[in-house]
Amino acid sequence: MNAPIIRIRGVGKTYDRSDAARPALAGLDLEVRAGEALAVLGRSGSGKSTLLNLVAGLDRPSEGGVEVDGVAVHELGEAALAEYRRTRIGMVFQFFNLLDDLNVEDNVLLPAQLAGMRRDTARARAGELLERLGVARHAKAFPGRLSGGERQRVAVARALMNRPPLLLADEPTGALDSASAADVRDLLRGLNAEGQTILLVTHDTALAEACANRTIELLDGRLVRDTAAAPAQGGGR
Amino acid sequence: MSALGKVVRAGVGRKRVQTLVMVLTTTVSVMACILAVGLLVAARGPYQRSFSDQHGAHLNVLYDQTRASPAQLAATAHAPGVSASAGPYPALTVQPRSGPGTRFPAAGSLLPPMTLVGRAQGGPMDDLRITNGRWIQGPGEVVFLDGHSPLAVGDSARFTDLPGQPTLKVVGLAASVSWSADGWIAPEQVAGLTSPGTAPAAQYLYRFARAGTDAEVEADRAALAAAVPSGTLARATSYRPAQEEANRTASTFVPFVTAFGVLGLAMSVLIIGVVVSGAVSAATRRIGILKSLGFTPAQVARAYVGQALIPAGIGTALGVFGGNLLSVPVLGIAHKALRGGLLGIPPWVDVVVAVVAMGAVAGTALVPALRAGRLRTVEALAVGRTAPGAKRAAALGGSVRPGAAGPLSRIRELIGRLPVPRAFSLGLASPLNRPGRSATTAAAVVLGTVGVTLCVGLTLSLGSLQDGLAADRAGKVLVQTPIEGSAVPVDHVDEAAVAKAIESRPGTRAWYSSVPTPVTVAGNTGRSEVVALSGDASWSGFQLVSGRWFHGPGEVVVSASFLRANQTKVGDTLTLTDHGRSTPAKITGEVLTTNDLVFLDRAALAPLGGAIHPEAIAFHIDLTPGADAKAYADGLDAVVKPMGLSADEGGPGINIVVLAMNTLAGTLTLLLSVVAGLGVLNTVLLDTRERVHDLGVLKALGMSPRQTIGMVLTSVCGGGLVAGLIGVPIGIVVHHQVMPAMARAAGIGVPDADLTVFSPSVVGPLILGGLVLALLGAALPATWAARTRTVTALRTE
Repeated sequence: MNAPIIRIRGVGKTYDRSDAARPALAGLDLEVRAGEALAVLGRSGSGKSTLLNLVAGLDRPSEGGVEVDGVAVHELGEAALAEYRRTRIGMVFQFFNLLDDLNVEDNVLLPAQLAGMRRDTARARAGELLERLGVARHAKAFPGRLSGGERQRVAVARALMNRPPLLLADEPTGALDSASAADVRDLLRGLNAEGQTILLVTHDTALAEACANRTIELLDGRLVRDTAAAPAQGGGR
Repeated sequence: MSALGKVVRAGVGRKRVQTLVMVLTTTVSVMACILAVGLLVAARGPYQRSFSDQHGAHLNVLYDQTRASPAQLAATAHAPGVSASAGPYPALTVQPRSGPGTRFPAAGSLLPPMTLVGRAQGGPMDDLRITNGRWIQGPGEVVFLDGHSPLAVGDSARFTDLPGQPTLKVVGLAASVSWSADGWIAPEQVAGLTSPGTAPAAQYLYRFARAGTDAEVEADRAALAAAVPSGTLARATSYRPAQEEANRTASTFVPFVTAFGVLGLAMSVLIIGVVVSGAVSAATRRIGILKSLGFTPAQVARAYVGQALIPAGIGTALGVFGGNLLSVPVLGIAHKALRGGLLGIPPWVDVVVAVVAMGAVAGTALVPALRAGRLRTVEALAVGRTAPGAKRAAALGGSVRPGAAGPLSRIRELIGRLPVPRAFSLGLASPLNRPGRSATTAAAVVLGTVGVTLCVGLTLSLGSLQDGLAADRAGKVLVQTPIEGSAVPVDHVDEAAVAKAIESRPGTRAWYSSVPTPVTVAGNTGRSEVVALSGDASWSGFQLVSGRWFHGPGEVVVSASFLRANQTKVGDTLTLTDHGRSTPAKITGEVLTTNDLVFLDRAALAPLGGAIHPEAIAFHIDLTPGADAKAYADGLDAVVKPMGLSADEGGPGINIVVLAMNTLAGTLTLLLSVVAGLGVLNTVLLDTRERVHDLGVLKALGMSPRQTIGMVLTSVCGGGLVAGLIGVPIGIVVHHQVMPAMARAAGIGVPDADLTVFSPSVVGPLILGGLVLALLGAALPATWAARTRTVTALRTE
């Protein structure tokens, strides 16, 4: 069995500091092993995105600790968090979050360039990823000209640019039509099959079933279900 | 409150930083404009205005009371041409010594002869304005004429040759537009200061129906003299010299204040335009919401013009207040330089500047507000929910495809390939997102750089010019007749002995002597003074406007006023005469001086008999580096004192006109720089706010706070550098126009050396000045961008 890549211990998060405030997350304990594809399910306001933000280091827990790939994320300063996001995680968003004034290749190159990777090495890696994800022909195009599915593929390529051990996906099919959504589902499943650890936040149970080998469900910030859909090892499904 | 009012109030309160920037920008812009326009207005004919406000007198006359009865003197008020008069005031001509406790000149020093008048501060004519201290409250106190006072407030003057040796304490300095006396005392003090056996004179002040020219004033004086017994009119001083001097000095201010005023106005309009239109554009989505709720286009336009006018109104009010407040010290210095005349900012300037500023704000807000009002609701609502490309496309009615590859995209791609860190290349490409706004802000930085360049150039030129003008006082040590008068009559100076004393003293590096002569220039229509120099004057700092220095007898250099008065030019030959002898001399150069002077070699006097005015001779001594000027002067003083001379430390004093100009230029430049910096700050702030979501994405991808700051700062580098490259040459051109215009107004030419002050060591930092200005403006938004929480930025629409 692989070692845990995510360790969450007693994590709570409250946005409103008043006593009567309802926590977005409360006393959450969770471990995710390397190679797992974990889907976090829950209704709107259940704490899914808060959990993702804490793991991504975009937000800080009110209590407890988050450790990713041996890094205590909750203890990091801003500069260290930036370094953490560059090297340990890749993020895929619901609305892609591609920079529309940069072409596809430049968007994909960004994480590597921010990390100071050599230009030729970065370009080779970007070319390889775009080829693998089937959008190489759009390398010089601007995101505004691509379909939703193509944009999400570019976003995935960008997320994988620095070979992060953990891929975080926040409703990756939420803004896509059904054909494009199926396309992205296949892509994520394929990545996990190649050993990529994925933490997927969604309210789409079909996506969770298709991509994840383990599913948890949050309700009012608490873990109410944790089901391993398949043995956690590098070839999920 | 109406729905419209609530929207306006909420809009102002919600965007506090933007509102604050708008308030600050209008405040500083209005301050700069108030100061520049106010000064410009004040510098035009300041003397006439002061003369009118302070009820100035055309003639100040002293009558000998022993030769005419009071009735005869009073009757002069009805002499031909007299339109108003004041007096009689008892007047004394005295020469006191500095009293106990006076530091400079040392207690016991003989002060210059002075006229003291016993009168009240106000009066039907020549109102006196206290500029320092207070007015006299009774006997034992004196107020001196500001700008001509031999003593400072708190010092005292002692009349050692009068019974009881009375002492007067200096309690204040006063400005008199008529220069009617050197000092004023309580009328009851006069008797105590009158020498036994003498009577005080009677001072009358007059205004005449015709006194516009020297000839008319002279005719008026003659009429007064004719109205009293012969010899009664002891002295009459005209207002004309004071008027001419004040107007000439004032007119030197006009060119550079005009330049700064134009710069300030242009920059203020640009920046206010950027700030206001940016604020309206940034609210497009909110406009969509308002329209979806039923706001009409006109209501939307009114709401956003109102939203701009509220902070602009506050800023304008603060600017008017601040401008007037700042004008007190700034115009105070100019007031001293002009010897009166600047009585503060005229109220109509406040009104005009405020109205123009509010009009500019309303005008610049109206265009984007009307555009926003006409924007289709669905398009306005779409802004912020879509990509920037789509935003532009929406704003343009869908005529541009989002993300389409245009020339700007190609430039952005090229910038992306630069061999610099990616955060920097992203920053460099940032101005392309809003090219119009970036260009306008860069234009403001250009104007700021022009202002800084002009200010630096003026300071250097005026400093150099001042050195040249002070060359007649050159020398670290000066040997001359004591100011307070010599104990030994100076009808002959043993120049050889003085020269020997100077040359034999350790520490002497070089010296020369200057002495006025009785020599005249044949056919001279002016009142030129011919000054003979001997010794090595090459280090003196005399500057030539044209031609070359004289090389011996037969050659002279002359001032611009000499050339003008005598209709001559460099290269002409003039004839020097003295005691019936004459000799020709060629004009080899025009020397920089405001006086009507002819300089020649001492040897040139030989054919004319060699006569000089020995009482006015001065020996100018330069010392070797490290020599103690005071010790040197003290040592030399002991040697030359028996000859009726004194040795003192030299060195040019502070020229109040140059100080006033430098202060004004520095203040205006600072204000212009602040306006330009606020413009940059606002632009970067708007850009950062508009792209905060992109910023969140970049941070989510691993952009560190340092990289974020680097990106934001780099976004202004290109504009700042280009602004420097454009602004500095323009500033140099403006300087080369303004300096000669100022010199012309002062009646002098500008030597090339004083104009070519922009050496590479000056230009280099000035070019970088635009960059520094832009970086300073961007520093705060950069910090805000770095501190923006990623998760908040990602949620921002």
